[in-house]
Amino acid sequence: MKLNFRKTEEYFFRLVMLACTVVIVAALLVIIFSILKRGLPSLSWEMISQKPKGGFYFGKEGGILNAIMGSLYLAIGATVIAMFVGVPVALYMNVHILKRKYMVNTMRFLLDLLCGIPSIVYGAFAFTIMVMIGLRTSLLAGMLTVAVFIIPIIIRAMDEVLRTIPRGLMEASLSVGATKGEVAYKIFIRQSFPGLVTALLLSFGRAIGDAAAVLFTAGFTDNIPSSLTQPAATLPLSIFFQLGSPMEEVKNRAYAAAIILTLIVLLLSVASRYFSRRYKKHSIKF
Amino acid sequence: MSETIKINIRDLNLHAGKNHILKNVNISVPKNKITVILGPSGCGKTTLLKTLNRLTDLNPEIRVTGSIQIDEEDILHTTSDIHDIRKRMGLLSQRPYPLPMSIFNNVAFGLKISGRRRKKILHKRVEHYLRQASLWDEVQHRLREPAISLSIGQQQRLCLARGLAVDPDIILADEPTSALDPVSSAAIEEKFIELKNNYTIVVVTHILRQARRIADHVVFMYMGEVVEQGPAAEILHNPQMEKTRQYLNGAFY
Ligand SMILES: Nc1ncnc2c1ncn2[C@@H]1O[C@H](COP(=O)(O)OP(=O)(O)O)[C@@H](O)[C@H]1O
Ligand SMILES: [Mg+2]
Repeated sequence: MKLNFRKTEEYFFRLVMLACTVVIVAALLVIIFSILKRGLPSLSWEMISQKPKGGFYFGKEGGILNAIMGSLYLAIGATVIAMFVGVPVALYMNVHILKRKYMVNTMRFLLDLLCGIPSIVYGAFAFTIMVMIGLRTSLLAGMLTVAVFIIPIIIRAMDEVLRTIPRGLMEASLSVGATKGEVAYKIFIRQSFPGLVTALLLSFGRAIGDAAAVLFTAGFTDNIPSSLTQPAATLPLSIFFQLGSPMEEVKNRAYAAAIILTLIVLLLSVASRYFSRRYKKHSIKF
Repeated sequence: MSETIKINIRDLNLHAGKNHILKNVNISVPKNKITVILGPSGCGKTTLLKTLNRLTDLNPEIRVTGSIQIDEEDILHTTSDIHDIRKRMGLLSQRPYPLPMSIFNNVAFGLKISGRRRKKILHKRVEHYLRQASLWDEVQHRLREPAISLSIGQQQRLCLARGLAVDPDIILADEPTSALDPVSSAAIEEKFIELKNNYTIVVVTHILRQARRIADHVVFMYMGEVVEQGPAAEILHNPQMEKTRQYLNGAFY
């Protein structure tokens, strides 16, 4: 009797899991399929090699090179800035103040809150500051805003990897005379290298896919920015503007732009996986 | 034969928050001998070793009072650099923690951070210490491979080589064989007996037979207190205290 119940229970939960998986995979396939179906026919060399000509959003020629370059500059810049701020914080939390549990836990809580704030709030906040100090929309302002909103993501992603490192590794390092700084930057960084790559990838994806934070801060332009003080276009906004067009042809181009955005993230993900595997072999498994 | 005292622990008390973990501990560790710290699990052996290495500094909850004299210097109250103090003691833990790098760099790490970077010298030193840990023959052709590609027993010997490489005069070992197979355990024990000519060795164990095999000096601890200490023959064969006798007879672990 008891066994029978457990069998049914097992069967039921397996069914639930299977159903969830099917729904998720199906939804993903539908999204990818519909993007491809509408976007592929409009995808052309012109799209990725040219800036928009006048009247692009009403069906004239041109491409979205402005948005591709703008997005790449912005996402790479923001990720690099966020890395140089975020990684030291994560290391500090897990090496230097590890045992001040109250402090570390408070920081984790606050960072989780920050991760949950919609990016438009960061955008609006940055915009307020920009107005106050008389700054116009620019690549730099966009980079900094995006960096600020992905910093908590990088910190928490790194933190989750670093906190799995057992104390024994730190004690072993200290016992040969290492300072805490050396433990952080020579041992923990190596040990968590695959995690660092994942954290950067995650935040790069968020940075390049975000429209709200850059709307007020980076602005939009048909040109490729040639300096940090010029405004920059971004792919998500480019998609948004093209989708807003009344013309079917332009709307389809938005889907083509979405394909390009997805491909950029995909390429980067494959490259970084290859890159991190080469380092992974040294990581100690606990 | 008169013996020199290498480590002299006086009135050591350690509190972690409200817990009184080490209580009025007084221990004299003789130089160039193997001192075995015996005691049931949870009696504070690991904590005592970490105090010797000042790893207890990491935990702000822990308060330590008393003194630990090593070569006449009180390492608890000293102006010496904490990192130099730690380098004077090699540490082996319950299970090996190799560093996430190659076999070679594991041994070279301590040397490199102390500023010795000349390739030729590094290579010589690394070979020397790997030989000292009886690992050279097994790894000489795979020095660039990750340390985790070694077996657990080899990893523990690598950790020994890494500890020796910073030129300590004390070796602290916390149940160094508890994760190892019998062959690797025997290798570590033999190594200790060989190394004691040049090093002062403190081994924590709860394996009585191991204590009988390697100990010159025995400290028996119970519930954070030192019950009895002295030459191995006396403590292991003719203990004065009832608690020690019970423990040796296997009344509790
Ligand atoms: N940081 C700490 N905070 C509170 N209690 C601790 C801490 N570290 C160890 N203890 C306690 O101190 C006692 C001794 O632990 P330990 O030194 O690991 O014993 P042993 O190595 O002899 O098994 C145990 O009761 C343990 O729970
Ligand atoms: Mg212990």
